[in-house]
Amino acid sequence: MMRARVAYAGAVHDATPEREDLRLADGRVVTEEQVVWLPPFEPGTVIALGLNYADHAKELAFKAEDEPLVFLKGRGTVLGHRGATRRPSGVKFMHYECELAVVIGRPARQVARSQALTHVAGYCIANDYAIRDYLENWYRPNLRVKNRDGGTVLGPWFVDATDVADAGNLGLRTFVNGNLTQTGNTRDLIFDIPSLIEYLSAFMTLSPGDVILTGTPEGVVNVMPGDVVTCEIDGLGRLVNTIAADDEFGR
Amino acid sequence: MQAGAGCFSIPFDVPPYRLSGAVYGALLNHRSALAALGEAASRPPYGAPPRAPVLYIKPRNTLAVSGSVVRIPAGTPELEVGACVGLVIGRTACRVSESRALDYVAGYLIVADVSIPHSSYYRPSIRFKARDGYCPLGPAVTARAAVANPDALTLRTYVDGALVQTASTADLIRPAGRLLADVTEFMTLAPGDVLALGAAAPAPRASSGRTVSIEADGLGSLRVPFMDAPA
Repeated sequence: MMRARVAYAGAVHDATPEREDLRLADGRVVTEEQVVWLPPFEPGTVIALGLNYADHAKELAFKAEDEPLVFLKGRGTVLGHRGATRRPSGVKFMHYECELAVVIGRPARQVARSQALTHVAGYCIANDYAIRDYLENWYRPNLRVKNRDGGTVLGPWFVDATDVADAGNLGLRTFVNGNLTQTGNTRDLIFDIPSLIEYLSAFMTLSPGDVILTGTPEGVVNVMPGDVVTCEIDGLGRLVNTIAADDEFGR
Repeated sequence: MQAGAGCFSIPFDVPPYRLSGAVYGALLNHRSALAALGEAASRPPYGAPPRAPVLYIKPRNTLAVSGSVVRIPAGTPELEVGACVGLVIGRTACRVSESRALDYVAGYLIVADVSIPHSSYYRPSIRFKARDGYCPLGPAVTARAAVANPDALTLRTYVDGALVQTASTADLIRPAGRLLADVTEFMTLAPGDVLALGAAAPAPRASSGRTVSIEADGLGSLRVPFMDAPA
């Protein structure tokens, strides 16, 4: 099942797909443009992977490590489908990152990889923006690069794990203004989903709602105000975001 | 709301406050912490001392109340305890000015940033800082009005009753207002979020069987017992 959380006519609703439209829990059918899309679940701890695809690691001249490169994000950075993400004026390199997001459904503590997928509730698409101008060599990647307001886009749908035949073989694509700029497949993850859950749960208990953004393949390009960035993953839908300039935010 | 999936639990409702479960902290924000790095701060891999605040996140599995036992993993002789004052945000703080920053603060508490000691600050693994129970905080939230000056609070850290560190928020590179202004320039803080202001160096260490207590003027005492993790 695919589920969304949307705001419409004065309330927040659960919604499911109805052809090209949405069916709200109360029976109303509305178009995608009539609603405000919220992140499809209430995120707990947001865990993200850096350089978890060999091709992207090469793109950024990174030598693979023997343990996953993990960083954390706060809840303030999370944004829903069809939102706007600010690009500060004067920055030189802001890029998207299309990623498979894995949502935990059952507490996971010291879980073996063979059991790991039983702790997964479902999946969604994530677009994990970075502004490389702000990268400093202290506790990389620093929050000013990776934890900016509106910099972590989740959605549009939360898709139950039972509806995803093999999360380890999903194609990812990003389009900027309709032009394909990034492609990859989750089969090329350096640390796959069971390994990540085993690794993380060895030292931190994962709880329902915690989400793991599994990293991005190569093909990140600079985006400018007005650009429409669409991240697509097989079976999970298309996550749209627009880059906004400072003036839209009163800066 | 509770954190930690049953193995740890912290009541986030600390009337009249409710913590959101989000804890952010600043590293190398105490003069002694940056000074301890000396020239190394300008050499590779760092290249230059930090420009923006160096921030970290303590996720919800790390949160624990005063008195909760911190477990030391096998093969680690001691843990580090960063004694900090934490701001509890009272209203949505986005792009606050330094001069008005404290208007957004509901109160203060003590935060113990517990870590496995690590020598590189370039890209340390989160397994050093994000372990279950590695962020005891409290014992309670003290209202902003009850603290005359957050930039002149003395923190005293004891190991088994012996004083091992005295530090003051007067020695922060970015005092509370400045830090809040610089952080909220790019990330909005919500009511109940905690921002730890930074610990002094060298951080006190504790081995199994020790109890660390952190006291601050008017904020009470946070008690943190340490034990080896069960095999």
